[in-house]
Amino acid sequence: MSNHEGQTIIYLIRRTPLETRLFPELSDDDKGEENVVAKSQLQAGAILAKRYAIQEVVGLGGMGSVYRARDMHFPNVTKLVAVKEMINSAPDPLVRETIVQNFEREANLLATLHHPSIPKIYDYFTLESRSYLVLEFIHGKDMEAVINETNGFLPEEQVLTWAIDLCDVLDYLHKHQPDPIIFRDMKPSNVMINSNGDVMLVDFGIAKAFQSGIKGTMIGTEGYSPPEQYRGEATQAADIYSLGATLHHALTRRDPRLEPPFSFAERPIRRINPAVSPELETIVNQALEYEPANRFKSASEMRDALTSVARKTGMLVRMGPKTGPIKSEGIKPLWKFKCEDEIRGTPAIHQGTLYIGCYDHNLYALDASEGKFQWKYPTDGGIVSRPIIVDGNIIVGSEDKRLHVVSSRSGKVVWTYYTDGPVRSSPSIAEGHIFFGSDDNHLHAVNLNTGRMAWRFESADAIRSTPFVMSEMVYFGCESGDYYAINFRGEMKWRFRSKRAVTASTVGTGQAIYFTSVDGTLYALDPRNGWVIWRFRLGKSSISTPCIADDLIVVGSADGFIYAVEAKNSKEAWRFRTEHQVNGSPVLYKDSIYCGSVDGSLYCLEYRTGRLRWKFGTEGAITGTPLVFDDVVYIGSTDHHIYALLA
Amino acid sequence: MDKLFGWLFGSQPKTTEKAMDIANTAPLTEEQLKTIVSNQNPHFDLQQLVSAAGQSVGKQRELNEDSLLAITSTMAGNSGNLPFGLYVVADGMGGHQFGEVASNAAIRTVAGYIMKKFHPYLFQVKSEPMDESFQELMSAAVNEAQRIIQREAPGSGTTLTAALVIGQQITIAHVGDSRAYFVYPDGRLETITRDHSLVQRLQELGHITPEEAENYPHRNVLYKALGQGDILDPEIFTLAFPQPGTLMICSDGMWGVVAEQDIIRAINEAPNLQRACQNLVTAANTAGGPDNISVVLAQLIG
Repeated sequence: MSNHEGQTIIYLIRRTPLETRLFPELSDDDKGEENVVAKSQLQAGAILAKRYAIQEVVGLGGMGSVYRARDMHFPNVTKLVAVKEMINSAPDPLVRETIVQNFEREANLLATLHHPSIPKIYDYFTLESRSYLVLEFIHGKDMEAVINETNGFLPEEQVLTWAIDLCDVLDYLHKHQPDPIIFRDMKPSNVMINSNGDVMLVDFGIAKAFQSGIKGTMIGTEGYSPPEQYRGEATQAADIYSLGATLHHALTRRDPRLEPPFSFAERPIRRINPAVSPELETIVNQALEYEPANRFKSASEMRDALTSVARKTGMLVRMGPKTGPIKSEGIKPLWKFKCEDEIRGTPAIHQGTLYIGCYDHNLYALDASEGKFQWKYPTDGGIVSRPIIVDGNIIVGSEDKRLHVVSSRSGKVVWTYYTDGPVRSSPSIAEGHIFFGSDDNHLHAVNLNTGRMAWRFESADAIRSTPFVMSEMVYFGCESGDYYAINFRGEMKWRFRSKRAVTASTVGTGQAIYFTSVDGTLYALDPRNGWVIWRFRLGKSSISTPCIADDLIVVGSADGFIYAVEAKNSKEAWRFRTEHQVNGSPVLYKDSIYCGSVDGSLYCLEYRTGRLRWKFGTEGAITGTPLVFDDVVYIGSTDHHIYALLA
Repeated sequence: MDKLFGWLFGSQPKTTEKAMDIANTAPLTEEQLKTIVSNQNPHFDLQQLVSAAGQSVGKQRELNEDSLLAITSTMAGNSGNLPFGLYVVADGMGGHQFGEVASNAAIRTVAGYIMKKFHPYLFQVKSEPMDESFQELMSAAVNEAQRIIQREAPGSGTTLTAALVIGQQITIAHVGDSRAYFVYPDGRLETITRDHSLVQRLQELGHITPEEAENYPHRNVLYKALGQGDILDPEIFTLAFPQPGTLMICSDGMWGVVAEQDIIRAINEAPNLQRACQNLVTAANTAGGPDNISVVLAQLIG
């Protein structure tokens, strides 16, 4: 029975034994009428009341259509009007009468209002069971459409301008004499943006009479309504809340109708859209206070606050958003060490010594506390994989097609193992065996003591991912996109196909294993049988290995973002934008995520929120994964350096 | 005669109690206790999914607007027989016969959609790997149900709590205030769904206490229901099947009426799942049966 246009009321009342007959009318009639409306719409060319030539339907509401029409009383010019129709088909005469009264109420209300943001009313009349309002036609779009059609976020100054104008019109309504007018339905779809970019408030059709009826009938509209509306209260503070909700939606692009009620505080604006100034965020938050008393006392008070933000942030002479809470210059490395070529691999640490491979063919051993050189071991190819340390031996693969086992004490070779392709996969150790992949399309299982092959498993393409070992199973992907689960005897238990290469390694729990693919997907699979639990679309491809941080899966992508996804429901918890591809893998240490980017920086983020704690710039792209040990972060860069930083 | 009865019914000599009091026996270790307990429980070396369901119109309604579905099977496959289960409870609303239509349509559409997808794995010899994830599948099924309900019963709505069990993964799709629980043999009960009701939301925000919630006037207001709203955003998530433990899905005619302690007891003290369902439905009716009652129980054994 309300004439919300094209909207369904989503608050439903559950039937209790005593309330059997209270509520069906609301939503049912909305729907039912829609069918009636569709059948009996005025056609283009029809002349209404011998004056309004219907041109087209511009909107559809629960009780009728909105048309664009030409006023024929002005034959020499094209004067366009909006004709809002309401079909009154209620069978109950009392209800019919109420509907007509309400319609006339809206007409009379509009006739007393004069404000640039309120459409002018020209006429109203009733023909049989249909009533019509003739209003100023607004060339433009509603704000919801503007939000949806914008790529990325709307500029802050645009939203700020609208906010100030909306406060102005609300202030006008709230100061209306003899009685203040509460708009009660502030939301993006009720705000038109005309061709000049000015806001117009439309749909004054919400009438109190409909809502204050039987207790427990309809008690609110979607997402934008304040808590007290559930108690049937509508005050100026309610309009301020809904305006806050509207602005929150416009600034974050998060539709509150898709979120639990009153959950704006769980989606802080600047976490979603860091370009918004803290000042504007504060104002929106105050408008969204749960208790009406804590919001702005009036629309004019809110307008004044907005205006001062506009002045401070230089709305017209836009100032860039302030980025980065801490400048990178503030961070000094504990030490750095220069190799002879790029470092693309990941370090390992053992008994105070840091081991890292380099493109200059060497495996370096450095004193972890000071970065002093201890020894280097030359291979015949670049090293991109991560070394692993077992029984005093360092094991590392090289582009020279070999796996090298080197004594940590002497830096001399113990034994080497040949494959038929470069070894870019990092080794994993379990049950006395080394598992690693090679570009020769095999996963090799090598006896740790003898250096002899136990078995090798043939895959469809080169294996560059690190095998993940869990519960006597080995999981790895290869460059064809095939993904395998094999047991310790080298027998395949299941296989999965992603659309592109799986270069990244797997992490997992007993419940699920996680890996990314160049097809731009983060996968969660059942480790026992390979069924897909969920998929999460990344912006671009990924070769970054995920990291498990409590119930979040954190991973980077070539689109430049670091994503955090909830393990349980695959929803994005946060994302953080770096300036270039994120090909390295994030790691968790205490409550921070550390991750490098091709933009050259190492980022430290708060893992729950993705908030930047600090970043450290190097002179080259970072593609490796940091190592954090004893409150020190070690990271290699393509600027030939390895850095040690305080975590 | 005493002896005979003692032999027949296992009654013990009167002196035993006294002897027990002074007896100093070695306590059983945790390991031993576990073995004894596990030997008493059913066990299969391949995991088996078992289930039972119960429904009642209640004592105060004439119509049953709840709908329920429970399918339990195994999927034969290369890597062994995989437990397969689909359990759905829907509680229709809208204040007239449309509530029933909505809950019916919800069950049929969701189950139909999912069973069609699993048809090749259950009933065909050759099958391609599925190109959708469990969560995508559930989401698509719920959205299909939304579309069908808006077409078949416009204006009505229904809750929907569905659980798809594949192996040890339970993927839940949830809208409204029917609930899914894990009930553990040690007497814990964990609510794994979140009610989409105003009263629940106000509790989450700390604006009313659980005690106030009991008597809150708008207890029956939902902010999300299948069939309602332009945009439906069901909660979809995956959890590991509790082992040991019981998955329970029920409508508010059960959880709103029977105290948690009684639910736990009804499940943990029953000799089997069928009896547990019976006990739960009886408990709800004994408490007045103000609403339709639906309950499904499932266990993964082995």
